[in-house]
Amino acid sequence: MSVLVGADTKVIIQGLGKTGRFHTDKAIAYGTAMVGAVHPSRAGDTERFEGGTDHSGVPGRDDRYQQDLPIFRSVAEAVDATGANASVVYVPPPFAADAIMEAADAGVPLIITITEGIPVTDMVRAKRFLQDRPVRLVGPNCPGVITPEECKIGIMPGYIHTPGRVGVVSRSGTLTYEAVFQLTNNGLGQTTAIGIGGDPVNGTSFVDCLSLFNDDPATEAVIMIGEIGGSAEEEAADFIKSSMTKPVAGFIAGTTAPPGKRMGHAGAIISGGKGTAADKIAALEAAGVVMAPTPTDMGAAMLQALDG
Amino acid sequence: MKIHEYQAKELLRARGIPVPLGHVATTVDEAVAAVRPLVEESGNPVVVVKSQIHAGGRGKGRFVEHPDLGGVTVVTEGIEGGIEATEARVRELAEAKLGSTLVTVQTGADGKQVNRLYLEQGIDIDRELYLSVVLDRSRSRNTVMASTEGGTEIEEVAAHTPEKIVRQSIDPAFGLLPFEATRVADALGLTGDAHRNGVTFLRTLASATVDLDADLVEVNPLVVTSVGKVMALDAKMSFEGNALYRHPDVEAMRDESEEDPAELLASEHGLSFIKLDGSIGCMVNGAGLAMATMDIIKYVGGEPANFLDVGGGADKDQVAAAFKIITRDANVKGIFVNIFGGIMRCDTIATGVVEAVKEVGLEVPLVVRLEGTNVELGKRIIDESGLNVVSASDMKDGAEKIVELTA
Repeated sequence: MSVLVGADTKVIIQGLGKTGRFHTDKAIAYGTAMVGAVHPSRAGDTERFEGGTDHSGVPGRDDRYQQDLPIFRSVAEAVDATGANASVVYVPPPFAADAIMEAADAGVPLIITITEGIPVTDMVRAKRFLQDRPVRLVGPNCPGVITPEECKIGIMPGYIHTPGRVGVVSRSGTLTYEAVFQLTNNGLGQTTAIGIGGDPVNGTSFVDCLSLFNDDPATEAVIMIGEIGGSAEEEAADFIKSSMTKPVAGFIAGTTAPPGKRMGHAGAIISGGKGTAADKIAALEAAGVVMAPTPTDMGAAMLQALDG
Repeated sequence: MKIHEYQAKELLRARGIPVPLGHVATTVDEAVAAVRPLVEESGNPVVVVKSQIHAGGRGKGRFVEHPDLGGVTVVTEGIEGGIEATEARVRELAEAKLGSTLVTVQTGADGKQVNRLYLEQGIDIDRELYLSVVLDRSRSRNTVMASTEGGTEIEEVAAHTPEKIVRQSIDPAFGLLPFEATRVADALGLTGDAHRNGVTFLRTLASATVDLDADLVEVNPLVVTSVGKVMALDAKMSFEGNALYRHPDVEAMRDESEEDPAELLASEHGLSFIKLDGSIGCMVNGAGLAMATMDIIKYVGGEPANFLDVGGGADKDQVAAAFKIITRDANVKGIFVNIFGGIMRCDTIATGVVEAVKEVGLEVPLVVRLEGTNVELGKRIIDESGLNVVSASDMKDGAEKIVELTA
């Protein structure tokens, strides 16, 4: 078991540019069921992907892959033809919000948006558009979602993951990799790792992911990685206190960040004295979360939370 | 991106939002020349001289060179002495203020040099209110914040008298609706003409915020005049970088003299860089990891010199530029490159670092930690470069090594 994505997830890609192509290739090599692409001016073409799989040499698995991905004019056509139940969006920022809304309109239940730099106004509108539709947005400005050895959607390096017991949720891409790698090395592994993204307006929240992991029988514990800015971690702390039945470990980045400066992520800013790392760490500790003092200690903090 | 008060008012005026008449001046002569047209057009002999810097608290701020002068001065000499008396006083003030350093609660102790003055008509003020439109992150939509406590910092009002702040969430599908604006105007105690004008002001400001892709519009104070006009006496706007591409008029308002030169250079290369006061330069991919790298340097006893996120899609030229920006800082005694490759491939980072070092030389210790996509290729590029680079096995190991090497 896992959350959001698994072996039965069929994925289309929106935005088959250089980056989208590179990571589609990696996803296919990993074993993800990529079923189509959307590119209006190339509708009817196919795009060939071939190479050695990530699991070459594993008994019973293919050593090589060769796949001709069909290209469609619209998301609706792609879904009709392929039965896709997820979309990954690599569309450039000026057009990304429209791509998200198109996917939502086509009824794609899971829309994972990797694109960084989408204007906030566009995301506010897109989120409003999604409000009354039965779809889930993950991201934007996130690494994606992976259920190890089943489905990799996004830009995370596949080889650091291993199937296991811990749900991972994070606002930061590279810090997700740090956490995942440590969980792989200490033998805990991951059920699913979710990047929720570093933008001030995003789809799926910490609370949404904690709730999904709480209800997933395979997930025994959760590690959440937050950062300065906003109040999503404080809201997560409230949820953990009131509803979470599984142990949680955590890390918050930005203890040394100066106020009033945007730390790379559009959403990582301390403004008006709000959104500091200290406040978030205090809120999570008060909710019983085992906090890692540095990112190198995240795996150890998870072990400690599981022991306690 | 921040802009000056006079620029914000220009943008608001263009959208039909009432602001006082004003002229900007960068020289003493321009300031003096602005007086006559301003007084004649407004019919008010009173003129206000306002320093233009990217920081608040100007009214209470003081000039280093002229401790008796604040950032904002009301010139009343013209009431009795006529336009010539106003011109004479404006000349004195412009000579004192232009080129001088203004220290406010927001500038830090060093203050900021004043390069522009804004001359504005005097306004007959009846009431001072507070109004802003900001993103409410927990609801993913804009919110109007208003208060009867004009002229006071909103954080202060929130801390001491939160009941005096009214909030109205804005549905992006509809904008600020008339009844919602009415509710805010009621809460501000507006009546008669002022109420009618206030509702229009509120709705126009809310839509201007969205149209301009501003991430903050703050009018403090919003004033009600003795004849029931509602006006932005001050205006502060900042813009989200991601949307500037569709607002060339706003982008043209960028005042580079207000920005840190290294941060400016970094932004020209599409890098996210923030200068800090420490001695260990960092180059990292990913904002979270870059923040955490600063944190861990501090945790093991060092002080980070900067935040630097080379981003997900950087090419080797950007990496080389990043490396050069770090080494420009004379405080930097060592560099820690910390990469966990996802979208960013380790070989790209490695190639960029090697090329930059070959071009600019390396006079301080360099610790590199690579993990993730194409990690073996990246390590090989570093190893085969023949450069004096210390490898780290993980982030803490790398932080400890660079702190030790620079101790």
